[in-house]
Amino acid sequence: MSEMKIVSGNFAAAYGAKLSRVEVVAAYPITPQTEVVEKIAELVSNGEMDSEYVKVESEHSAMAACIAASNAGARAYTASSAHGLALMHELLIWASGARLPVVMTNINRAMGPPWSVWADHHDTLAQKGTGQLQFFCENNQEVLDSVIMAFKICEDADIMLPAMVVEDAFILSHTKEPVEIYDQELVDEFLPPYDPEYKLDVERPFGFGSLGMPDWYMDFRYKIAEAFEKAPEKIEKVNKEFTEIFGNDNGGLIEEYKTDGVDVLIVTMGSISSTSKDVIDELRKEGHNVGLARLRTFRPFPVEKFREITKGVNVVGVMDRSYTFGHGGDAAREIKDALYGHRDLILKDYIVGLGGRDLTPKILKNIMLDAISLQDKGLDKEIEWVDLRINQERWRR
Amino acid sequence: MAKIPEKELMFQGTTACPGCGAGNAMRYVLKALGKNTIINIPACCWAVIPGVYPSRNLDIPLLYNAFEATGAASSGVRAALNAKGIDPREITVAGFAGDGGTADIGIQALSGCVERGTDTIQIMYDNEAYMNTGIQRSGETPYGAWTTTTPVGSEKAWKKNPKKNMMEIMNAHGIPYTATVSIAYPEIMIEKIQKAKDIPGPKFIHIYAPCPTGWRSDPSDTVKLAKLAFETCVFPLYEIENGVYNIYKKPKKKVPVRDYLKLQGRFRHLPTEEVELIQENVDREWELLQKKEKFTKE
Repeated sequence: MSEMKIVSGNFAAAYGAKLSRVEVVAAYPITPQTEVVEKIAELVSNGEMDSEYVKVESEHSAMAACIAASNAGARAYTASSAHGLALMHELLIWASGARLPVVMTNINRAMGPPWSVWADHHDTLAQKGTGQLQFFCENNQEVLDSVIMAFKICEDADIMLPAMVVEDAFILSHTKEPVEIYDQELVDEFLPPYDPEYKLDVERPFGFGSLGMPDWYMDFRYKIAEAFEKAPEKIEKVNKEFTEIFGNDNGGLIEEYKTDGVDVLIVTMGSISSTSKDVIDELRKEGHNVGLARLRTFRPFPVEKFREITKGVNVVGVMDRSYTFGHGGDAAREIKDALYGHRDLILKDYIVGLGGRDLTPKILKNIMLDAISLQDKGLDKEIEWVDLRINQERWRR
Repeated sequence: MAKIPEKELMFQGTTACPGCGAGNAMRYVLKALGKNTIINIPACCWAVIPGVYPSRNLDIPLLYNAFEATGAASSGVRAALNAKGIDPREITVAGFAGDGGTADIGIQALSGCVERGTDTIQIMYDNEAYMNTGIQRSGETPYGAWTTTTPVGSEKAWKKNPKKNMMEIMNAHGIPYTATVSIAYPEIMIEKIQKAKDIPGPKFIHIYAPCPTGWRSDPSDTVKLAKLAFETCVFPLYEIENGVYNIYKKPKKKVPVRDYLKLQGRFRHLPTEEVELIQENVDREWELLQKKEKFTKE
């Protein structure tokens, strides 16, 4: 029987790993991820979770141990955040190069200096080129759901890639919400045991990760690219299957909220989406033809889907909780890439909420009103930093 | 003394240099551990020696990993096998790393691996520098040696720091078994590795593996150098079992260190007083080791 529990995003991640019957967990504590590993330690210690828990001495070793365990044929899971994730960087690339479906939860936290433990997407998006699938969650239920779905997607023979399921620091990681903890048998049916075709096996010895000369390397890279091309369809398929079995639809690539025939489309990622949806309702009541697209899957980037949902749209306003220096907000830039040569519209990039700066309904409304106003006045600037100390009066009024 | 098993798990077609001590090291390790072994190899000479994709000259499952990750990889493989119910006495998980991958960049993961009690054998094949990248100094390069990053020159800039004592570092972790072994004595080497294999928990093996390319020595002198390292007490052969030291092979007569140094171009620049200093240090270390043996055995 499924059970409703009031749990934090971190506990939801731990329950997701438990329901996925992960065989090996290797993790190192970092704020605000600690509750994930504490909960898993508790579940394992109580005999409620049957996993080997490797208490490693760093995040680098956490991912290295997960990679090795996965290579040996075990379902492996880890969790980290910000600086821990950055320390893993080398091995995030290794995991995809080795075609291993290791799944991790990353708690989105700003990178120092200055030290910050609060919500920000830069840590995850700095890893966007590592060959990891990336799923941004809006709420705690989605965190649990996405861990289970990620294993299903990643272990598919056509995919065989690692994934990051990410949730915003504190806003999700430490906020308790009702979460449905599914019946184990139902999850087992959805997610069968991991049984890879190739693994470390003394009866059938292979070498994994040997030196690839220039006449081979490029073709291996192409195979990863091919898997990424197949991933969008697989993600939608698994999301559909999940929805049918468990009754929760998390949106697959992009969750559309009142997007039919809109003039202005707002794009959000992660936890600000919930508040934004309320603001959308308010604006629609006031007569504005505005809708919201929640970018859930950042890798693979849903290029086709963006082309589809921007048909007839005049203005796209993108809220980026990250900024790549010398370039811009990550989502806005990638959306522009996707729409180039396909759509003639105004796109404005709003840099918001870095390092956990609060995004109130008022600020979100002012952003959306600004986007709406671009229909008449045209694009004023490509990138707008919102609610800086020097412009707070404008955004908080 | 153990008989050398006839079964070969390492075949021809390596990319090793002529006279490579690390080649012998792997061959004997595999003879000792047998086919039910999974080996982790980080970046090091042995990341290249097995051959390039799709060739491989080792007939065991082989996991290559990142330079600093061997200890963690061993823990990961062992955890996966535990999850599958495969006993450590049934399948051995071994890390096989060079001195850089063990004592320098890999020391954190190694320390973590043994501290958390992983049932594995972590093997350091020690050729006393970063040989695969072209002879740069490592924490295991001995005092006085020339390398490409301690190039001597007019400032006498040979390596000025002592060799890092990995046996003591591993022993300080309180692990059940550590041993030094030498490719000059394959029967004993195999015996000690087989002993380690049967002991539950983390084990550490330090293999002395001369490198003609980096040591500027004659490839035909590899085994001779390994013997001299033992006879001069530069590299004593001993084991530490649950804190008890046992010098399992002692030279009948101690040979002067200069006899060992003079066969290697990497020490060619050293003036007599430096050779004397090295001799003094070797004597002191040897005496200290014997005292440790006496003290811990009593």
